Amino acid sequence: MLFERLKQDIRYQEGLGACLNCGTCTAICPAATVYDYDPRMIAEILQQQDETQLVALLKSNTIWYCGECMSCKTRCPRNNAPGLLIQALRKLSQETGYFTESEKGRQQLAIKRTVGTWILEKGYCLFAENITMEMHPEQGPIWDWLIRNAPDSFNRMGANYKGHGPGALRAIPKESLDELKAIFEVTGASDFYELIEKHSKQKASELGMQFDETIDCEYFRYIYTANDENHNRL
Amino acid sequence: MIIEGKRHIWKEYQKEIADDHYFYARSCVRQNFFPASEFTFLKILKEELGKDVYDDPRHTTCTGIAYHADVVQLPTIMTVVARQFALMTEHGFKNFVPSCITSFGIYTEILETWEHFPDTLAQTREFLYKATKREFELPENLAHSSDVIYKFREDIWQRRRFKLINKQTGNPLRGVEHIGCHYAKMFPHKGVGGAEYPYVLAGLIESWGGEVIDYPERRHCCGFGFRQYLVQANRGYSMACSQRKFESMEPYHPDFIVTNCPGCPFFLDRWQYVISEMEGKTYGDNGHGIPVLTFEELAGLILGYDPWDLGLHIHQVAVEPLLDKMGIPYDLSKKYNNLAGKSLGEPKKPNTLKVYGYEQ
Repeated sequence: MLFERLKQDIRYQEGLGACLNCGTCTAICPAATVYDYDPRMIAEILQQQDETQLVALLKSNTIWYCGECMSCKTRCPRNNAPGLLIQALRKLSQETGYFTESEKGRQQLAIKRTVGTWILEKGYCLFAENITMEMHPEQGPIWDWLIRNAPDSFNRMGANYKGHGPGALRAIPKESLDELKAIFEVTGASDFYELIEKHSKQKASELGMQFDETIDCEYFRYIYTANDENHNRL
Repeated sequence: MIIEGKRHIWKEYQKEIADDHYFYARSCVRQNFFPASEFTFLKILKEELGKDVYDDPRHTTCTGIAYHADVVQLPTIMTVVARQFALMTEHGFKNFVPSCITSFGIYTEILETWEHFPDTLAQTREFLYKATKREFELPENLAHSSDVIYKFREDIWQRRRFKLINKQTGNPLRGVEHIGCHYAKMFPHKGVGGAEYPYVLAGLIESWGGEVIDYPERRHCCGFGFRQYLVQANRGYSMACSQRKFESMEPYHPDFIVTNCPGCPFFLDRWQYVISEMEGKTYGDNGHGIPVLTFEELAGLILGYDPWDLGLHIHQVAVEPLLDKMGIPYDLSKKYNNLAGKSLGEPKKPNTLKVYGYEQ
């Protein structure tokens, strides 16, 4: 039963006591100002412990609207935290493969192949040369100037761009990267990555889209940019 | 709420901040977008205040962005965090100072979880040893780097070269303080001033001569939202949140915004650029944006550091209007130079936002 799995997540245990459905979380929620999203309903649905509704949530766009700012945690008069519930739901959605059933859920592959991969390759969640103007036009001309003139532009500001020893943007020593990889192996993160890949490949096949290991394949570009514009509040 | 009421609340949320011997953990986002701020933090602590700070090249990302974008799960991030603590332990430090607010929230949450769910701490020790043969002690003190600057704000003030005072009018400069959500929204007792009226940045503004602006959307998120920015299709969320804040603060005519989070100064800077390009709208005076500073940049200006050493030239919103108000001199001919003083050329000019340092 999926509910039993959900209940094993510490964030579910910590995130939901008895919700009185006051709606304070929705009132304070940044996501609710942008998307057709109501964190109060997340707590309400989970309180019902209805397996059918849980599966519907796991397959939905709804659980991917939250920005995990945790403003809900501060304000809830019962000390609940829909943001924590969202984290537990997203984990379960990926474990079950249901995340590929929604536009927003499918984006997990894009995050895994960017931030998720950079962590193991470079030891950073992001690194300047990966933040391209093509993928990040909002960075503006100053970023274009900065990355075109690396390492001089960064080292002008005290960085140690890809250098040895301490400092901003230093090359993380190979031994440290090896330890990170070992941690990912031991804690199951590598298997989790593989799971995202496996379910995504299956969805790409269903959709008849070209799929390979790069961030240039048809499926990646689709999930990175697709927006059916049916998510927002009117 | 009247100011006396706020002060009362602030007093209820004070935290212990160690006064020396810090193990410093850098931020992924800040190293890329504000490398000079981390450099300045270390310079202030070591050279101005004579503090002992260790910057270990072996520490890595805490994986916090991946955790909050839900591709990395709890046992993994706990073990990565444990490795950072192991490095701290091996060097004989007990006071852990992260540069990143997301990391600070992560460290706080994990320490709380280990306390309330001891099995997770035991499992983490086991995972870390199996993966790295390392062992660790828990930090005795955890403070964000903005907490540390807050603690020494009066020492910085005593070394001031400039004040948050408009040099022409003599009036206090008016600042918006924006606190990263994960500083205290999850654990209010871990932040100076709590979550509703955090004082960690307001205290800097007040101590350095300025005036804090209260405005309706003061506590609203900048809009990072992790996956809401990382994936191009979702970025409307991120910009909409920042725009909501700009519209709310605009009537109060802020001279600057100061932040303590990695993403917030970046988003509040760049989304002003994007809004100006898309809608022709600017939120500062005379076609300028509102300058957005990190707390180290603000401290550096008070101490009289060169604006380009502070990295103020890599903001998309020009900071020169603030420098002019404070009476801080700057040399535009050196704005886009490398360390050797050679020009690296100029960035392309935005279409709407006014900028400085370009050959006319």
